[in-house]
Amino acid sequence: MIWLALIALLLFTPSAWAGEARPLGDDPAVEERLKHLAVELRCLVCQNQTLADSNAPLAEDLRREVREMIVKNMSDKEIIDFLVSRYGDFVLYRPPLKSTTTLLWVGPFVLLVGGGIALVVALKRRGRKVADAAITEEEHRRVEQLLSEGVKRS
Amino acid sequence: MIPEIGHFALILALCVALVQGILPIYGAAVGNSALMAVAKPAARTQFLLVLTAFGCLAYAFADKDFSVLYVAATSNSQLPLHYRLAAIWGAHEGSLLLWTFILTIWMFAVTLFSTHLPDTMRSRILGVMGLVSVGFLLFMLSVSNPFERLIPAAPEGRDLNPLLQDPGMVIHPPMLYMGYVGFSVAFAFALAALLGGNLDAAWARWSRPWTTVAWCFLTVGIAMGSGWAYYELGWGGWWFWDPVENASFMPWLAGTALVHSLAVTDKRGGFKVWTVLLAIMAFSLSLLGTFLVRSGVLTSVHAFATDPKRGMFILAFLAVVIGGSLLLYAWRAPRVGLGGSFSVLSREGLLLANNVLLVAAMGSVLLGTLYPLFLDALDLGKISVGPPYFDSVFVPLMTPALFLIGVGPLAQWKQAALPDLAKRLRWAFGVSIATAVALPFALGTWTPLLSLGLLLAVWIFSTAVVGVRERVGHVAGDGYVARLAGVPRSYWGMLLAHCGIAVFIVGVTMVKGFETEQDVRMNVGETATIGGYTFRFDGVQDVMGPNYTAARGTFHIIKDGRETAVMYPEKRRYTAQNQVMTEAAIDTGFLRDLYVSLGEPLDDGAWSVRLYHKPFIDWIWGGCLLMALGGVVAVSDRRYRPAWRREPQTVPAGARLASRQIA
Repeated sequence: MIWLALIALLLFTPSAWAGEARPLGDDPAVEERLKHLAVELRCLVCQNQTLADSNAPLAEDLRREVREMIVKNMSDKEIIDFLVSRYGDFVLYRPPLKSTTTLLWVGPFVLLVGGGIALVVALKRRGRKVADAAITEEEHRRVEQLLSEGVKRS
Repeated sequence: MIPEIGHFALILALCVALVQGILPIYGAAVGNSALMAVAKPAARTQFLLVLTAFGCLAYAFADKDFSVLYVAATSNSQLPLHYRLAAIWGAHEGSLLLWTFILTIWMFAVTLFSTHLPDTMRSRILGVMGLVSVGFLLFMLSVSNPFERLIPAAPEGRDLNPLLQDPGMVIHPPMLYMGYVGFSVAFAFALAALLGGNLDAAWARWSRPWTTVAWCFLTVGIAMGSGWAYYELGWGGWWFWDPVENASFMPWLAGTALVHSLAVTDKRGGFKVWTVLLAIMAFSLSLLGTFLVRSGVLTSVHAFATDPKRGMFILAFLAVVIGGSLLLYAWRAPRVGLGGSFSVLSREGLLLANNVLLVAAMGSVLLGTLYPLFLDALDLGKISVGPPYFDSVFVPLMTPALFLIGVGPLAQWKQAALPDLAKRLRWAFGVSIATAVALPFALGTWTPLLSLGLLLAVWIFSTAVVGVRERVGHVAGDGYVARLAGVPRSYWGMLLAHCGIAVFIVGVTMVKGFETEQDVRMNVGETATIGGYTFRFDGVQDVMGPNYTAARGTFHIIKDGRETAVMYPEKRRYTAQNQVMTEAAIDTGFLRDLYVSLGEPLDDGAWSVRLYHKPFIDWIWGGCLLMALGGVVAVSDRRYRPAWRREPQTVPAGARLASRQIA
């Protein structure tokens, strides 16, 4: 009986049937776009956090502004241009490609290509220089001796 | 009184370090064995002195001695004892003491496990480590003294940053520093070899286990830092490409390259010059990491110190260490022999290619981390370099390196044949392609990155299987099990570490591809469903912690009509500094994590709540642990054992030889 009563209580307690929670934003499509934009934007007062992650009041305000711009049907580019004109490139986590950032964007691939070329050139040169004398038997013997016997040299 | 003892111990340690840095190296140069013999006792004395200093600081924290400035700045009388002790490395001064302490631990370990080394080599190694220690002790004593007094004493401490009041933060910095500082051993070995002009295969074999152990610590340390960020920062990310994270990742990349390059130097005598350079690079990047984090040049979640005097000191120290070792390198390296020949397509060639890729990746991280600083310093504008940049640069650089993981271990030394390799790898390749194409469709979404991630992960797994099968075929023994046991541990270690990378890739790929989140407004009793799990919010209660008050929410998780978990996320207010912290609740699982984080209270008892469903996320850290475990298994290989497990020699070699002849 007690169980039945408990189950009845559970079933009919209003809170158990209070239903689905509402999303914070009104329009899921707007929120989706906001998130898409906000992960690439910097929270300007935080130390190093995206606008999407930050709980700072200013980030909250900025998110609201971006949300309003989305509702006004501005394109991503228009929104980003607006933010850059107001806050500078600092707000973008993906730095724009311009004269001062060329090295930043090209650098990694220069490193890779340069490294690759250096590797091939070095190997070619090395191949010409090295006679086939990997580790000689003598060296092998000495290494084994050093490691197993612990002979002290000074 | 106790802090003064600590301070004095540091001064004595500096004197000992100077002796240790000068006499043995000089002795090795002129062949004076009495001077060389100073190295070992000096290193051990230094260890005891720094241990004393460390103990004194720990005592001051345990004793709540707020007349010590550092203690007053980073702890509070309400802070529980374990966090007071962890507060030793909670800020700048204490972290440096930890750094130095760990350096002396490594030194002590070198004195224990180097009985088989030639005297000259050992004295040079300890000498170089002594010189590094001089730099750090001088730094502490001149501009960053952890024992500085605060007179009159503060009635109450300012408290440890609440972000750091966490079990992860108790162990993360020591682990990370064990790794950072561990590379000082590889560095000291390399410089000792340069000084002595004897860069041979023996040198490589000696420094290999040290490097691998340091690398393991660093791997675990980084993984723990990432885990800490995941559950403590409260927004569910696990890697932010934050400069402080990059500071630990760069030595890891260089260290990984070093581990591979040492393998070639050990086995084939090649790449000596390059290996030495990598050893210098790995340690220099560790120093650079310390500089970046501790000088205040960055401002990010973890960077606390802001004091230009300190910055200048570290910069000068960095210049001396890096510049000095590179000069030595330029002077001595050209005399080093080249080792055996090999063709471009060979295991050596592939390992070298892996090195180029790892170093290019490291260079890109370095570029992305320092670029905004330089632009700012040159007044060319302020920019932010964040995850979108690193993701778009890092993926193309790492993809070929990950592909090579599958090929390298199967290629022969010296010369490999492409048709042969292709034949041996075709099944693995077919399986990987098929999985990469089919699995995303079976799971319901397809993105290029999802396919790429799965392709690489399956490729690494399947080539590992091919490798084991071939190995077992070559090993003598009856039956499959006996043959498996015949495969050396270093091979298993390598395989395990590579599979760890594959597990890591699965984690990253699945989280990126399939994680879902919801920002909801929840009233008591309301539910929200995410990833097939229904979260029911059962209200918020006030709870008291030792040094905080918290609002604790209760969430019941229901799947398929059954309750699977109850979660308690908190919003804490730390009383000492009146700081609010979000303490997320996480239900961990093998295949998914559920993550709840409380936002703000709204009107009429409702809260804003963030819910995440993160498939496979724990594979990210699991993969890192497997990598580290692989390192441990490799180090336990028989080939290192005679060198490691030897009793110290008491009988002179000649006498022993004689006794053996008699026997």
